[in-house]
Amino acid sequence: MSGMPESLHEQLSHQLSQVIGFIYPNEVETQWAILIVVYPYLTGIVAGAFILASLVKVFNVVEVQPIYRLALLTALAFMLVAGMPLQLHLGHPERAYEIFFTPQPTSAMAMFGFVYLWYLLGILLIEIWFEYRQQLVLMAQQARGVMKGVYGALSLFSKDVSPEAIAFDHKASKIITIIGIPSAFLLHGYVGFIFGSVKANPWWGSVLMPIVFLMSAIVSGIAMVMFLYILLSLLRNARLDMRCLDKIGLFLLVAIIVDFALESLDYIHRLYQSEESIKILGELVSAKLFTSLVIIQVLLGMFLPLLILVLVRTVRFNEELRKLLYFTTSLLILLGIFSMRWNVVIGGQLYSKSFRGLMAYKMEMTGIESLFTALVLLALPFVILTVLFRLLPPRWMDEHALPAR
Amino acid sequence: MNKREFLKDAILFFPAAGVLQALSCQAAAKDAAAPAASAYDPTDHWYGMGVDVDKCIGCNRCVEACKAENGVPDEPFYFRTWVERYSIHSNGETTVECISTKPAPVDQVAPEDPGIVRTFFVPKLCNQCAHPPCVQVCPVGATFQTKDGVVLVDEKRCIGCRYCIQACPYGARYLNPNTRTADKCTFCYHRITKGLLPACVEVCPTEARIFGDLKGKADRLVRFQRVNKIAVLKPDLNTEPKVLYADLDGEVR
Repeated sequence: MSGMPESLHEQLSHQLSQVIGFIYPNEVETQWAILIVVYPYLTGIVAGAFILASLVKVFNVVEVQPIYRLALLTALAFMLVAGMPLQLHLGHPERAYEIFFTPQPTSAMAMFGFVYLWYLLGILLIEIWFEYRQQLVLMAQQARGVMKGVYGALSLFSKDVSPEAIAFDHKASKIITIIGIPSAFLLHGYVGFIFGSVKANPWWGSVLMPIVFLMSAIVSGIAMVMFLYILLSLLRNARLDMRCLDKIGLFLLVAIIVDFALESLDYIHRLYQSEESIKILGELVSAKLFTSLVIIQVLLGMFLPLLILVLVRTVRFNEELRKLLYFTTSLLILLGIFSMRWNVVIGGQLYSKSFRGLMAYKMEMTGIESLFTALVLLALPFVILTVLFRLLPPRWMDEHALPAR
Repeated sequence: MNKREFLKDAILFFPAAGVLQALSCQAAAKDAAAPAASAYDPTDHWYGMGVDVDKCIGCNRCVEACKAENGVPDEPFYFRTWVERYSIHSNGETTVECISTKPAPVDQVAPEDPGIVRTFFVPKLCNQCAHPPCVQVCPVGATFQTKDGVVLVDEKRCIGCRYCIQACPYGARYLNPNTRTADKCTFCYHRITKGLLPACVEVCPTEARIFGDLKGKADRLVRFQRVNKIAVLKPDLNTEPKVLYADLDGEVR
């Protein structure tokens, strides 16, 4: 008997007892578990929220101006947490620095550290800084005590609020957004590549994977900002800008349609090509993923939101009903995309690479790789967001006025 | 010596000379691989293994020897090598089981199933691919290919991200619960570089496993490769395995 932890032994024994057919003996353990489901979910929201924000800066969609800062802060809050599930999942978290110092150039995963840092430091933080600089300078002047120092530090002790300086801020943030769009694509497309490039696993190994990940990221990011916008207006008892909400709804609709088309293409392609793995993948879907894939991801997370968004655009519902429908839609989508991440990550580990059997995954409730940790990590961005709102107030709906055009 | 005798001697002499020469070559090859540790040059070798499927009797001794030699955890979730049993049924169906996870008691003979027309055992292990996907994906270079063609894991460097386990098409890797790092067959690298055989090869009672050096001219493995119909696992994935199976059934993946 080796010194393996009791809980792991129990988990693996249970999973072994649930095996259907033949699997390679080392396949009993689910190598990438719930935390690796959370990771692409978080980075997807980051990329999606940023792309929504970029619509304002780059494409001058004035209607979405009210959520510009909200979207940026959402991206930042989720970004700060996005690396944590990976770190916690490592067998040797204390060696994670090796990815930065001795990266293996042929490894897709080795690039993670660089893509992540670039996006956080090179794009998000700088963009947010330029967006808030003027306000931070003013707040530093008005605040007293500790907060004066905090705001001073956050503005990097800049003082210049002359029209030229502000014009420069705007220009700089526009340029960063332009660089930011491909970077956001890179951030999440790359996550898709990590899975899509695994030729050993036909459920993952698809050239469409990065782009499917990217589109679903945009869907989830927009849905998250929509959800937060409605939720915050309720909490603050403030009026929503319905023009803004309708516009977000439109973008969401377009994104879902593209996402749906891509995912359908992926499935149709697989079915039509009908390669060696198709039989076991069919069994995987019917025996292991029916609820999470067919019911939650496709029907509840995609079809129903699609239907609602089309209805909202064709039937003239009143404001309250629209708000309710948007709120429901955003929640359904967030659930659906989480389910999609589950189906990719866990689903890809529920069938044997011998194509002769199916495995089981028993999620732990407590411990590091557990439901508890996953819930904490999913809740953490909201906590960070609350702090960010205090520090860097977004323009709330009630204070906001559309720029005169 | 008359003409007849001369021809008879000549016919005997030439093959005998060939045998002698082959033997001396093999002895030299053995010398090259042998102890003189400082003289060991990995670039002289390119190790591989042959598996004679028809010779495997499914005794599982290779698995036990491997676990003992390499400190592989006893639990039935971790294997550097294992043995699969294939049963071909009269209706054309194939069932497979891993006999290494739950070895049947030796004194118990399995009842004969009239529906089974043919069974055979297939030992599995890391294929020590010449083009290994596990090495490609390792983010920190902890898993690498040696110059003599063996894929190893540096357990002091491995961060335990498990990407290599996902990338292996053969299920040959696992995360060692004790070291929390990726683990796999090393061809008993600590033994072969001293001129010894891997533990699984050493204990195999039927010589179903043939270890050798694909660079060695008169190597057993090279001969094995020449005289048998060889197949490798999942050739379509272009991993270029160096575990070579003789007379492998198409059902084996």
